[in-house]
Amino acid sequence: MKILVGYKRVVDANVRVQVKPDGSGVVTDGVKLSANPFDDIALEEALRLRDAGKASEVVVATIAPADAQPHLRNGLAMGANRAIHVVADDAVSPLAAARAFLKLIEKEQPDLVLMGKQAIDDDASQTGQMLATLWGRPQATFASKLVVDGGKATVTREVDAGLETIEVDLPAVVTTDLRLNEPRFIKLPDIMKAKSKPLETIPLADLAIERGDAPKATHYAPPAQRQRGVMVKDAAELVAALKQKGLL
Amino acid sequence: MSKVLVIAEHLNGKLNAATAKTVSAALALKPEAIDVLVLSDAPDAVATAAAQIAGVTKVLTSANAANAHAIAQVLAPQIVEIAKNYSHVFGPSTTFGKDLMPCVAALLGVGQVSDLMAVESPTTFKRPMYAGNAIVTVEAPADHIVVATVRTASWPEAATGGGAAVEAVSVSAALPTHTRFVELAAGKSDRPDLQSAKRVVSGGRGVGSAENFKIIYDLADKLGAAVGASRAAVDAGYVPNELQVGQTGKIIAPDLYVAIGISGAIQHLTGIKDAGTIVAINKDGDAPIFEITDVGLVGDLFQILPELAGMLASSTN
Ligand SMILES: Cc1cc2nc3c(=O)[nH]c(=O)nc-3n(C[C@H](O)[C@H](O)[C@H](O)COP(=O)(O)OP(=O)(O)OC[C@H]3O[C@@H](n4cnc5c(N)ncnc54)[C@H](O)[C@@H]3O)c2cc1C
Ligand SMILES: Nc1ncnc2c1ncn2[C@@H]1O[C@H](COP(=O)(O)O)[C@@H](O)[C@H]1O
Repeated sequence: MKILVGYKRVVDANVRVQVKPDGSGVVTDGVKLSANPFDDIALEEALRLRDAGKASEVVVATIAPADAQPHLRNGLAMGANRAIHVVADDAVSPLAAARAFLKLIEKEQPDLVLMGKQAIDDDASQTGQMLATLWGRPQATFASKLVVDGGKATVTREVDAGLETIEVDLPAVVTTDLRLNEPRFIKLPDIMKAKSKPLETIPLADLAIERGDAPKATHYAPPAQRQRGVMVKDAAELVAALKQKGLL
Repeated sequence: MSKVLVIAEHLNGKLNAATAKTVSAALALKPEAIDVLVLSDAPDAVATAAAQIAGVTKVLTSANAANAHAIAQVLAPQIVEIAKNYSHVFGPSTTFGKDLMPCVAALLGVGQVSDLMAVESPTTFKRPMYAGNAIVTVEAPADHIVVATVRTASWPEAATGGGAAVEAVSVSAALPTHTRFVELAAGKSDRPDLQSAKRVVSGGRGVGSAENFKIIYDLADKLGAAVGASRAAVDAGYVPNELQVGQTGKIIAPDLYVAIGISGAIQHLTGIKDAGTIVAINKDGDAPIFEITDVGLVGDLFQILPELAGMLASSTN
């Protein structure tokens, strides 16, 4: 079984993102970039399936500018067999990303595609669902448990009502939630080994996908700030403060 | 003029409150019509409830045994067949809508506006990105159907009192059988629903254990509040996953939010930005949560909560 993993590079989760004063975007110069946390989980799950003998090959793929090579090397150091770098100068929309991944699927014929449930930059939560749709294959989003057996996967999904379990035929797209697993740390010797693993680059233009039909961001603004309120001394003062606000 | 199709969310024959919030966002477009689509194996009770939402023009029902459980790849082709007559298709930004609406968008060949929080024009919207650190104005292409998920915390429930007609529709789309529902393990609870509750009491890692969470539940009961939690509390197994509040949990907007033993990580704060009053109890006076609280109390939760519960009991008597 071959697994294709969506491995997006995003502004690190610990960075407090700032909007540029002119509203044209957010500050990314000198800001730490990391793998999308959900994609690390997707990769970890793929590696565990390979460790368990269920999968033979794990391929990480990213659509990102030319300078994203070290990011893919990290994915290889974590344990992926191969990497595909679709080189795009600017950010692609989830729909365009799904179309690009569909082209990779046609080439790679994976049995399972693992993606994050959302990228923590655009917070879109669309790409996996769109990919499954365009591919005409099942999707299991927000996975917190994945069992692959034969031509099927049984997936437990974190939904608003609780935990839903569904069964899907493979190939399928599964998107990961935080509690699926705890990603491993990259070890120093593996960083060296990763240098010789295959990394293929494909210019986005070569995939010849349509890109004009997605919503465009025209202005960025900081969110409304909440004011720091009052501090109270004890439970009695707290009750009094809430009464004063008409909440009790 | 806009015509909006709103996809109803429901479970066990009950309409989810997120649907009426989605209708509010649709109303902001000042549309010519808002129709609600109920996809179900037995849509009648849900359709009757949806027909009562003020502002709804018509309720359409697609009854099909395949719709017994919300399987996105089964529902999407049916929606798309009906969506062709509309300028906008809206669903709630709940796990139901997040799972489903991108499939609708992909079949229509358009991008999706996720977490719509404000309407500027029929094609211009505001939505949060970067865990709510940026509010972005997005423009959807004018010559396409607009597909969006609506950030429910940004919109009130539309009023009831409407009397829309209910109309059965039949769809001819071929539906896939590659996905099968197995089970739903839902936390059974008589407490108020986290997503629509007016008051929420949340506990974090500071609560320390599943057993200790009893004091959170006790306080919530005194306040008639729903119970929520930080991711750390869920990860540690104190409470089930559906209680998680935040960027990757539930985004909520209660009148009163009480955060107990929660430090206030940005991913958690994203989930409560629209709350009316935020109260925090934390033993660390430097905890970031205090930067956004309306009323803060520094101290040990194990000492304060019993005191608080006592005072609330006597004040409500
Ligand atoms: C991609 C991503 C998504 C995430 N999504 C979410 C999300 O949706 N929701 C979410 O909540 N988190 C989310 N997180 C995690 C988030 O970054 C924090 O790790 C988490 O919110 C911390 O939870 P906490 O405040 O309960 O724990 P901690 O940060 O450990 O804080 C515990 C607090 O309890 C206080 N405390 C301890 N004992 C007591 C006591 N006896 N009395 C009073 N106070 C006490 C401490 O002073 C401390 O401030 C996400 C992280 C990532 C990377
Ligand atoms: N440019 C990209 N490169 C690699 N993977 C991507 C890219 N965009 C989206 N994905 C995948 O799709 C998931 C969901 O992204 P999104 O729909 O943007 O929230 C991510 O977690 C990735 O796994």
